[in-house]
Amino acid sequence: MSIEMTKAEVPGVPLLEVRDLHVEFHTREGAAKAVNGVSYTVDAGETLAVLGESGSGKSVTAQTIMGILDMPPGRITGGEILFRGEDMLKMSEEERQRIRGDKIAMIFQDALSALNPVLSVGYQLGEMFRVHRGMSRKEAKAKAVELMDRVRIPAAKERVNDYPHQFSGGMRQRIMIAMALALEPDVIIADEPTTALDVTVQAQVMDLLAELQRDFEMGLILITHDLGVVADVADKIAVMYAGRIVETAPVHELYKRPAHPYTKGLLESIPRLDHKGKELYAIQGLPPSLTAIPQGCAFNPRCPMAQDVCFTDTPPLAEVLEQDGGPIGGRASACHFWKETIHG
Amino acid sequence: MADREPILEVANLVKHFPLTQGILFKRQIGAVKAVDDVSFELYQGETLGIVGESGCGKSTVAKLLMNLEQPTSGTIKYKGDDISKLSSRALRAVRRNIQMVFQDPYTSLNPRMTVGDIIGEPFEIHPDVAPKGDRRKKVRELLDVVGLNPEYINRYPHQFSGGQRQRIGIARGLALNPEIIICDEPVSALDVSVQAQVINLMERLQDEFTLSYVFIAHDLSIVRHISDRVGVMYLGKLAELGTDGEIYDHPTHPYTQALLSAVPQPDPEVRESRERIILAGDVPSPANPPSGCRFRTRCWKAEDRCAQEVPVLAIPERFAKEKGGVAHPSACHFAEERDVVHV
Repeated sequence: MSIEMTKAEVPGVPLLEVRDLHVEFHTREGAAKAVNGVSYTVDAGETLAVLGESGSGKSVTAQTIMGILDMPPGRITGGEILFRGEDMLKMSEEERQRIRGDKIAMIFQDALSALNPVLSVGYQLGEMFRVHRGMSRKEAKAKAVELMDRVRIPAAKERVNDYPHQFSGGMRQRIMIAMALALEPDVIIADEPTTALDVTVQAQVMDLLAELQRDFEMGLILITHDLGVVADVADKIAVMYAGRIVETAPVHELYKRPAHPYTKGLLESIPRLDHKGKELYAIQGLPPSLTAIPQGCAFNPRCPMAQDVCFTDTPPLAEVLEQDGGPIGGRASACHFWKETIHG
Repeated sequence: MADREPILEVANLVKHFPLTQGILFKRQIGAVKAVDDVSFELYQGETLGIVGESGCGKSTVAKLLMNLEQPTSGTIKYKGDDISKLSSRALRAVRRNIQMVFQDPYTSLNPRMTVGDIIGEPFEIHPDVAPKGDRRKKVRELLDVVGLNPEYINRYPHQFSGGQRQRIGIARGLALNPEIIICDEPVSALDVSVQAQVINLMERLQDEFTLSYVFIAHDLSIVRHISDRVGVMYLGKLAELGTDGEIYDHPTHPYTQALLSAVPQPDPEVRESRERIILAGDVPSPANPPSGCRFRTRCWKAEDRCAQEVPVLAIPERFAKEKGGVAHPSACHFAEERDVVHV
């Protein structure tokens, strides 16, 4: 396969970096601030989980990286998206096109609506090779079968000419994964890849995704609202609330001792399989409207720890340290009272 | 529990949806066996959870219990009366006592009606039990009971968030003082932080009004939290039925074990110590279910016997004398205890 040489990995430069990204949507009620200064990085072979509820800005960030944000009403009002150190937002459309699909691929939640219903899956998979690699139809189809085998679709040879509706939900999601893998990208963004699937199928698909990511040494950004799915596969987690990252941590650390009251509340509010509790802890109130994000910390109306300072000063995402002031590594919290949250 | 009379008794319930071919001369070419011989009881004040994956028939059971679908065969007895055989007048009285809360709070409320009209509508249909005099006052009380501001009575559904809409749906369900509420995935459309609020509300209301719930969901953790007893469904049949401790701590059916082990745990340490059973393949089509045991095509224990004999839902003989949680109905020829949740 002749591919133009990928730029050699520069030590110290992350594979993909989002830096202080701001995105707004124009609405009748004014500007909805969907993303307000999000920064994160993903390296090769690493899985970053972006966790958040609906409206937290997790999907908008991903869409901006992929360049599939609807503009208008969307508008990027600031920030950079660096792929191997180069800002994709400053590139020409042509340059960006080369990275998209080829180097960064995306898996969507709803495979049935993401696939074209009138084209066979073999044709759609082969399209990647015909368009990006200039292969003939025959070569492309052979490649498609190979890919379907790779994502363990049984009887791939016979099924390559089937249409999306002839596959089950889990199988369709495998086809989506195959499509994202087709050009051996460096980064895969998976937006709620298993949310529409049943638990037993969800486990199959997550396992497959994790295995392929290891084999291909890809960076994976996993966007989800499910704390359980995250615990299964992620290396590090970024928790989003009202368009900002409120906490980042390595996966074990986050579950053991959250450093932001929102994360803490979320963890306490989910029922557990292994014991039956009395009443569930519930975070009071609702997430804020994005057209009217509260002053200071956006979580202040729902926070049990809120003090005066929380209503005036927006807390920065600051490094979280051990009780004795020693470093924990990779942890940060956007709470004025992270010390009390994690240690007290 | 044995000395109590069940409030709802479901026996050998079957629902087949015919598959037809042809336009003018329709010919039946088969049937989707959505529910196939399901029996269970519901007692006063308890919550029966029904779990299963999509297509297992759990929502069809809900519709049958509400008499929104007619069963192909089998009986649903409410306090001894078979609801599918009642006259429309008698049925109306029964329906008053069995209400439903739907999954999607966005489509189950009429966008053109105010919240007051939505919650008050059951009184229009059942004027005999409507409060004498001021209905609006009763609606305000109901709003207060479900934790919404009574001043919101003239607002429209779109002015509320998903969690608040689900509260409106619950208030409507409560309006006629029912004894049973059938909840079909009541929190699965809600955000995690709001789910807990609604679950807590439902538990509080159950204590306050001695309600019985049939709680249908696919989320095993939530079902464990709220249920007293749990039934696990697979492809139109109950695979296992027991108290929450029996099902979660002592599962004996391989499907229950696989389902439990597949639940993502929000704790990486538990997850790593736990063994995981990953099932191969997908759920077969209910139009053409496997012979014998329906789970056999995905089961690691399947033998010839499973293809020939349909296992009945009963306490497995060899566990009959055992103490503890193992002795509960399980529809498997090779039922065996395996703890997949703890470890």
